[in-house]
Amino acid sequence: MTEEKEYKNLIVQGAIYKTTYTRKFEDRLMWEAPNENLLYSFIPGTIIDIYIKPKDKVKEGETLLLLEAMKMQNQVRMPFDGEIVKIYVKKEDVIPKRHLMIEIKPKILK
Amino acid sequence: MSLRSNVLDLRKRKREVQKGGGDKAIEKQAKMGKLTARERILALLDKNSFHEYDLFVEHSAKDFGMESKVLHGDGVIIGTGTIYNKPVCIFAQDFTVAGGSLGLMHARKITKIMDHALKMRVPLIGINDSGGARIQEGVNSLAGYGEIFFRNTLASGVIPQISVILGPCAGGAVYSPALTDFVFVVENISKMFITGPSVIKSVLGEEISMEELGGARVHAEITGNAHFYAQNELECFDQIKKLISFIPRNNSRKALPYPPKSPQKGRKIEDIVPGDPRIPYDMRDIIKGITDGSDFFEVMEHFAPNIIIGFGRMEGETVGFVANQPMVLAGVLDTDSSDKAARFIRYCDAFNIPIVTLEDLPGYLPGVDQEHAGVIRHGAKILYAYSEATVPKVTVILRKAYGGGYIAMNSRHLRADFVFAWPTAEIAVMGPEGAANIVFRKEIAEAENPEEMRQQKILEYKEKFANPYVAAAQGYIDEVIEPKETRPRILHALKVSENKSVHLPAKKHGVPPF
Repeated sequence: MTEEKEYKNLIVQGAIYKTTYTRKFEDRLMWEAPNENLLYSFIPGTIIDIYIKPKDKVKEGETLLLLEAMKMQNQVRMPFDGEIVKIYVKKEDVIPKRHLMIEIKPKILK
Repeated sequence: MSLRSNVLDLRKRKREVQKGGGDKAIEKQAKMGKLTARERILALLDKNSFHEYDLFVEHSAKDFGMESKVLHGDGVIIGTGTIYNKPVCIFAQDFTVAGGSLGLMHARKITKIMDHALKMRVPLIGINDSGGARIQEGVNSLAGYGEIFFRNTLASGVIPQISVILGPCAGGAVYSPALTDFVFVVENISKMFITGPSVIKSVLGEEISMEELGGARVHAEITGNAHFYAQNELECFDQIKKLISFIPRNNSRKALPYPPKSPQKGRKIEDIVPGDPRIPYDMRDIIKGITDGSDFFEVMEHFAPNIIIGFGRMEGETVGFVANQPMVLAGVLDTDSSDKAARFIRYCDAFNIPIVTLEDLPGYLPGVDQEHAGVIRHGAKILYAYSEATVPKVTVILRKAYGGGYIAMNSRHLRADFVFAWPTAEIAVMGPEGAANIVFRKEIAEAENPEEMRQQKILEYKEKFANPYVAAAQGYIDEVIEPKETRPRILHALKVSENKSVHLPAKKHGVPPF
């Protein structure tokens, strides 16, 4: 096997196979557990208004900001009772999909 | 007027209309490296076989100044002709006439030739080169597209439908090719997308070129929308002609046989497959070792290359091949390869082409991305397609046939007609490495030297189960054969299956996991 050096390893059920990869396979994204304290944009668009500032205490369901995309004003809401830690966007920003917008932390139960 | 002057007048009219969009537009088309619609038809069809219809059709638009515009043939050429003396219906959009835009009469010409193809049960070839809907004709152009899509669907599985993308094919227009059986694309010429780069940029802020978004290579390799990829138009036409030679003209016929040939001398399939099941080889060498003249016409060569599909001939008869490719991703099944194989199996079944499956796979591709991409529902397509297919189905297991992969690759249990295995076949619920870890977990954990014990148990499992004889003892394998017997065994199996008759339960249609 003169070409053996070009082969890569693929492990399927404990066995290591010599093979080549496809472009799609090499480009695949590694999965990461989502951090629910980081709010990312779910669609590319423009920030048209921000209603909160850091240290604000916010209740679940309250609107944090407006993200306009596809001619629709999408309300980004607080997923649980908590506090605003940091805001990563400002009004008029045009942001791509999966862009970090706000960092929050849950209310600590006493 | 005399008859002669009438004829001269007709000729003059024809010459005028045949010029399409005129010299300037034709020059522009040539500058883009493209042939004109008429040149394309003449290059593809047998010499002097093309007969045109609806040459004098004119558009019917009245708004936005359209009433004063003359669009020759309304931007599309339709007709009939032959390829290798077999009849075909054809249409070609003419980009030199209003950018090949689709208006009501343009669509009516296309649907006329589609109706003809379906009625006459002959293949339909559509050459797409169009800027899209003719905005001035509004909802009439949308109606036109809808009428085309509907006919594509009705004709599916009755006549072969071939789409050739030789220019832009954007927005709703892409759905006609997507509904047809085979899509041909050409480097630098084909562009297919739902939403173009400029809209994507203005709405989403993503910047991408047309080529990177929906060029030929993208559709051949990434999206799986295209089945054949060529460097230039003439190569593309050769591919179409070759495809036509392999397939029947409709679903009530078989493909025309060619004079039988032996595989090329010197192709010894027994020397190709390494003994160690973890070492790859090129499965195409095995296919070429058993087909007539070692000729294999691969379909979707660049998309999901971990599975190979395509046509070859055996003793002159067309055969569809489905084979795992150990050289790419170890030949695993995944979302794309399942999708690719399933549609091909259904094509072969619809058009009376026997299917030969060559198997060597370690199972399904592990990974979060695969699970989340729906490998369950995509993987189910291949099971559905094989189970439902009633054409002769022959399987040869060369090496690995593990777990769900074994079941999926046309196993006896999905009603393969004949299943052969090489003596190197390993038919088991999983590979020895994985199985030993589970079955002998306790022994391995409690051993003084667990790794040594693991290796020992792997070997033990291998000797006992990693062979074709356990499955053969159950009759799941019909015969264990020597590699050199592969071609004669398949040939015989196909011969005795010639009059195969299987009836599935009566139903309107199944509900496959699309």
